[in-house]
Amino acid sequence: MRLIATAVVFCLLLMTSTSALAQNVNLTMYYPVAVGGPITKIIDEMIADFQKDNPGITVQAVYAGNYDDTRTKALAALNAGEPVQLSVLFSIDVFDLMDQDVIVPFDDLVATDEEREWLRSFYPALMQNSTVDGKVYGIPFQRSTIVMYYNKDAFRDAGLDPESPPATWDEMVQASKKLTKRDASGNVTQWGVHVPSSGYPYWMFQAFAMQNNQVLMSGDGTEVYFDHPAVVESLEFWRDLSHAHDVMPRGVIDWGTLRQKFLEGSTAMMWHTTGNLTPVRNEARFDFGVAMLPAKQRRGSPTGGGNFYVFKNASAEEQKAALQFIRWMTSPERAADWSIATGYVGVRQDAYATPALSEYVEGFSAAAVARDQLEYATAEFSTFETARVKKFLDDAIQSVLTGQAQPAQALQGAQAAAERVLRAYK
Amino acid sequence: MTVVRVSNQVYGWLLFFPAAVMFFLFTHYPILATLKASFFSTPRGARPARFVGLENYRVMFDDPVFWKVLGNNFIFAAGTIPLSIGLALLMAVWVNGKLSGRSIVRTAYFTPTVLPMIAVANIWLFFYTPQIGLLDGLTGLLGFPSRNWLGEPSTVMSCLIVMTIWKEAGFFMIFYLAALQSISPELQDAGRIEGAGRWYFFRRVTWPLLMPTTVFILFNAVINAFKLVDHLFIMTKGGPNNASSLLLYYIYEVAFSFWDTAYASTLTMALLAVLAVLALSQFVYLERRTHYQ
Repeated sequence: MRLIATAVVFCLLLMTSTSALAQNVNLTMYYPVAVGGPITKIIDEMIADFQKDNPGITVQAVYAGNYDDTRTKALAALNAGEPVQLSVLFSIDVFDLMDQDVIVPFDDLVATDEEREWLRSFYPALMQNSTVDGKVYGIPFQRSTIVMYYNKDAFRDAGLDPESPPATWDEMVQASKKLTKRDASGNVTQWGVHVPSSGYPYWMFQAFAMQNNQVLMSGDGTEVYFDHPAVVESLEFWRDLSHAHDVMPRGVIDWGTLRQKFLEGSTAMMWHTTGNLTPVRNEARFDFGVAMLPAKQRRGSPTGGGNFYVFKNASAEEQKAALQFIRWMTSPERAADWSIATGYVGVRQDAYATPALSEYVEGFSAAAVARDQLEYATAEFSTFETARVKKFLDDAIQSVLTGQAQPAQALQGAQAAAERVLRAYK
Repeated sequence: MTVVRVSNQVYGWLLFFPAAVMFFLFTHYPILATLKASFFSTPRGARPARFVGLENYRVMFDDPVFWKVLGNNFIFAAGTIPLSIGLALLMAVWVNGKLSGRSIVRTAYFTPTVLPMIAVANIWLFFYTPQIGLLDGLTGLLGFPSRNWLGEPSTVMSCLIVMTIWKEAGFFMIFYLAALQSISPELQDAGRIEGAGRWYFFRRVTWPLLMPTTVFILFNAVINAFKLVDHLFIMTKGGPNNASSLLLYYIYEVAFSFWDTAYASTLTMALLAVLAVLALSQFVYLERRTHYQ
């Protein structure tokens, strides 16, 4: 008996002494991939570099599917008590993650002035989805805006100036009419413009609404403004592109196949994420350009993409290591490399001052459009129960684009449904 | 004597025990847990689940999307099941005969079955894409205008049904082929001597002998009609405006996009109820009319 007791004590001593000796911190991070290209390879290389610079910290990055899958897996892992200390998740998940009580604000993690300085170094437009009640919950990483890709050859054929893409709604309609080509029997062979409406209709719609000078939700995530007259007018305009002006096909336009349609020349212009820039650049067999989205009252596009979050259940030591890792991943040089490799926006101004990115932008001006548009950008749609609320909006948009409902009536329905859900969070 | 019997019984129960535990853990316990969850609210962060009684069921009965996807699911089942089974039988009879290159034809029919659903959905997504898609290419040759196949509520469900039949028929064909080959050739000879025509022989001999296989296939087809959702993730995400959404896809959305586990449990109970009713009616109706060898 005494022997066993001694052995136990000995083992305990051994364990405490080794854990005191070992300074190694293990971090596990889930991350999504939502665009083309060898993203997992790029991430793995970045992490290998980080571990070389920071020998005490090991990071295990787990690719977990798209944004929804990654959130599901991270939350499931947390519920099961598995060690996950940080993750890259949808920037718009912030209210739900707060509601689940699983994330910590970065203001509580930063200690030095230098770290506080770092918190302020990102583009303000990208921080809108990160900041709630004055506290920063997410750090911008893979972020995007919507841009307008256009076929310069098609512009030349239609007698339009390929160097001055349409800058207003009216100009876009006029140009689209010239760009829409029909064959002898009246079938369209080339459309003027495509705005995708499957997958993320709310995202495209936010751009229209913003251009008409109206946001769709309040900053605290408890109110939506779907039935505002300017919002209704925006949806009327989107519908009229196909139903009145006949420059876009009717019905829902698929997000996933649109890039291919643009590359095949069956549409002269498309609205899409800047995250598609590198694939379009690699595959286009014609001269193409990238422009900011057109304006009605003003220019506008929502931001999009993923942020870093740090989880509450991590120990103080792990949270410190996570902060160190995130700071390293978002340093100007890393942000520049990441932007070049993917097409995502460099998340901070000084990234564009690095030799690598400034040289890249000089040789390929399209890479700067998404950044320049940040000046007019707004937060991506995000409320409490955001997936459910934005589904009401998605359904309303699709019912209008397919001609099943009128804009005002559909948006009033979505507004009422959203208010029912959000009542609990006021 | 009794000691032997008792020890035999214990032995039997011990053999049965591991399987029973697995069965309970992975089949019955989840059903009971789901049933329980459907009477509670969804726990979120600091707010634990609380008992709400039938509230979730009331919400479900008032939920227009639920009724929409349930209706869609019945249309999907009615569209896919008879056609894929009929086509499977036709193909099986065809490749059961003596034709040259038989194994190549069999393989061709079976190929869709071995492809992963996600890959199939990606291929068909491009078939259906307006202007650049295969389907528009074909209808364009005939002079029809381009159609937005997956983007219009009026066509999207038919498109999914056609794709599903293409995928399912080859799988069911294998069962029919096996059944056809187990039918004794002596019956064929006897039929010929008695002067039965091919159609008469099929109707009075082959088809009744295939009945047990048909029952088996029908069960599988019904289950598949309610569990096939992979293609929706790729092709339509249930759109436009829920026109192509199915019950299981809606459950996924509620559970993992909306993170409303309580309501998802309620919807799951509805799905279980539908399947139970269908299974029961199939057993009661078909068992009586099926002759097993």
